[in-house]
Amino acid sequence: MLRVTFAHIGNSYIPLRALLSELGLEPVIPPLVSQRTIALGTKLAPEFACFPLKVNLGNYLEAIEAGAEGIFMAGGVGPCRFGYYGELQRQILKENGYDIEFLVFEAPKTHPLELWERIRKYFPRHRLFDMARAIRIAWLKAESLDRVDRLANRIRPQAIDPEAVNRLQERFYQKLDQAGLTVEIKAVTSQALAELNAVKIRPRPYSLKMLLVGEIYMVMEPRVNFHIERMLGEMGVEVTRTIYFSDWVRDQLVFSIVKPDWRRKFELLARPYLGNFVGGHGLETVAHTVEAGVNRWNGVVQLAPFTCMPEIVAMQALPKVSKEFGIPVLTLIIDEHSAEAGIRTRLEAFVDLLAHRIRRKQSKAGGRRFEALSGY
Amino acid sequence: MKHYLGIDVGSVSTNLVLINQRGELIRKLYFRSQGNPVLSVQRGLAELVRDFKDFEIAGVGTTGSGRQLIGQLVGADLIKNEITAHAVACLSVEPSVQTIIEIGGQDSKLILIRDGIVSDFAMNTVCAAGTGSFLDQQAARLDMEVAELGQRAAQGKRPVRIAGRCAVFAESDMIHKQQMGHPLEDILAGLCQALVRNFLNNLAKGKDLKPPFIFQGGVAANLGIRKAFEEVLGSKLIIPEHYDVMGALGVALLVRDESAAQKRPTRFKGFHLLKEHIVTTSFDCDGCANQCEVVELRQNEQVIACLGDKCGKWSNRIDGERLNKPSTQVG
Repeated sequence: MLRVTFAHIGNSYIPLRALLSELGLEPVIPPLVSQRTIALGTKLAPEFACFPLKVNLGNYLEAIEAGAEGIFMAGGVGPCRFGYYGELQRQILKENGYDIEFLVFEAPKTHPLELWERIRKYFPRHRLFDMARAIRIAWLKAESLDRVDRLANRIRPQAIDPEAVNRLQERFYQKLDQAGLTVEIKAVTSQALAELNAVKIRPRPYSLKMLLVGEIYMVMEPRVNFHIERMLGEMGVEVTRTIYFSDWVRDQLVFSIVKPDWRRKFELLARPYLGNFVGGHGLETVAHTVEAGVNRWNGVVQLAPFTCMPEIVAMQALPKVSKEFGIPVLTLIIDEHSAEAGIRTRLEAFVDLLAHRIRRKQSKAGGRRFEALSGY
Repeated sequence: MKHYLGIDVGSVSTNLVLINQRGELIRKLYFRSQGNPVLSVQRGLAELVRDFKDFEIAGVGTTGSGRQLIGQLVGADLIKNEITAHAVACLSVEPSVQTIIEIGGQDSKLILIRDGIVSDFAMNTVCAAGTGSFLDQQAARLDMEVAELGQRAAQGKRPVRIAGRCAVFAESDMIHKQQMGHPLEDILAGLCQALVRNFLNNLAKGKDLKPPFIFQGGVAANLGIRKAFEEVLGSKLIIPEHYDVMGALGVALLVRDESAAQKRPTRFKGFHLLKEHIVTTSFDCDGCANQCEVVELRQNEQVIACLGDKCGKWSNRIDGERLNKPSTQVG
C-alpha cells in the first residue's frame, strides 16, 4: 500500500484521510501546523514565495519523517502562482535530497480522460462503487465539519465561556476523524450541534457581525492565521468565513464541470471596482466586501499571505468599496515574521472602531447627547 | 481623593499617568523600559507612593505592547489596545481632530478620526525606520542627544536627499553625504524628510489626511520631524502638552469612565505587592503541537502571573475565578 500524504489546510485532513483510505491508500497525516513546521518550510522555500508554499513544504518534511512515500497536491491554472506549486515543491524537495513522488490533480477542463487514467494508476480501489462510497464519506465529513464550525462561530461571541466552545470543537474533530460509518458521522455531528446549542450564553448589548475574506489558505488554516475566528469570537464578534472546504470543493470541482459560470455573481458584484479575474480569490474578496457593504455588515477583515499577488490587487480596490458603502475594512498580511501580539492589537482596535460606530448610531437613534469618550 | 492610573508599556518606554476624577493630569512618569518593563512599573509605582501620601487608586488601566503582562501583574481594571487609547487621549485634548500621527519607540501609527470616532487606522508592519529607536541610534552615532539632533535638523537650509526606505541604507547614505562634506544640519533635515516620506508611504497610502493634525509620541519632540511633516502636509501640527504619555493618559481616561459606569471596586493589587523583586521566566509548553512560549512572573517563588499559552492550561491555574481575572476588553 502506498503511503501518501498531503499538505494541511484547516481541518481538511479529516475528510481527506477518509477519502484516501477508502480508495485503498495509507494516508500519512503530517503533524498539525506548528512553529516547527513553519521553521522547516521557511528554511527550504524562496524568501518571496508566498506563505502557503512555505508551510506546505514544512508539512511534507514532517510527513516524510513519518514515512510518507508520495504527496498529493492540487494543481490549477490562472494568475495565482499556486498552479505551479506542485512542480516547484517537487523540485525544491529534490534539490534538498528528498526524491518523492508528486501526484498532482487538476480540475479536468479539457482532458477528462487523463484524469481518469491518473485515478486508475494511483488508487488501488478504483471501481465506481468504491469511489462513490469514498466520495460520499469524505463529503459527509467535510460538510459536518463546516456545519459545526459555522455554528461555533455563531455561538462563541455569545458564550459566557468562549473556551468551552473551542473545547467542544476540538473534541468533535477528534471524534469525526475516528468515525468510519455514515451513521457514526451523523451521530457525532448531531451530538456536537446539540452540545453547541446547549452552551450557556448571555445577552449582548449589540451584535457585531464581521466577514472574513481573503486568500483561501490564510482564511481556512487557523494555525497560520492565529486562530482569528476564535480570537474575534472571544472579543464578542460573530465572524462569518467566506470560504469553507465543502463550498470550495463544490464550486471548484463540481460546478466548474457542470456549471461553468458559477463565478458570474462575483464578477457582477466586483465589476465597478475590479473588472478582471485576477487569480486566487482576489475577485471574490472584492465581491464579498461589496456584498458585506450592501447587507450592512459591521466590518470586513481581509487576510492575505505576504507577496500574494491576487490579494494585493484586490487590496487596491478595497478603499473605494469601503468608502462608497461605508464599511470598514482591515487588511492583515501574514507570513512567518508575523507575531500574534501585532495581529491582536490591530483586531482589538478594529473591533473598538466597529463597536463605537454601532453605539454612535444607537445613541443618535435614541436622541441622546453624544459624549466624546463614553462610547469606547 | 479618587485617582486613576494609566500605564503604557511600550517597547522603549514605560509611562505612568495619574489623573483625578475630572480627568486632569496630576502626575506623569516616563521611564526607559530597557527591556524590563516590570522593573520600570515598580519604580514608577514606588515614586508615586513617595510623592503622594494619601490618595486612593480607584482604577488602573494598561495599554501598549506589554499590556497583558503588566495588566495581570498590577491587577488592571481595563486592558486596552494602544490605538484606541491614543485616539481617546487625543479627542480629550482636541475634540475636532481628524488625523493623528503617532510615532513611538518602535512603532508608528496613523489614526483617522471623523465626527469624533475612529474611522480608520494603520500601524507600521514591516518597517520601523523613522521611529524613535532609529533616531536614537543616529544621535548616538553622531555623538549628540536626540533633542539636539532634532534642533539641528530644523536649522537645515537645503535638505539633502536621503534614501529613507530602509534605516540601514539611510545610515549609509548619511555617512556618504557626510563624507562629501554637506553640512550636518542639511543632512539631518534630509533625514527627517526621508523618514516622513517613509511614514506617509507606509501608512497613509490611499487615505484621506485632513486637518486638524495631532502629532504625538516620543518623536513629536523632534523639531526636525515636526517641520518636515508640516511642510509635506501643508498644515500646522498640534503637539499636545503631554505628547509623550498620550497612551497612558488615554487608558486612564477610559478606566475612569469605565469604573463610573460599572461601579465596582478596583482589581488593583495595591502597592505593597509591587515592592518585592519579581522574576520573569519563560518555557516552551510541550502539551501539544502549538508549543506555546509561556511567560511566568514569580514573586517569592510564587507564580503571580502567567501568559502566552493559547489553551489556558497555565494561565488558568493562577486563580480559580477565571471571570474575575483581568482580560483585554474590546468594544
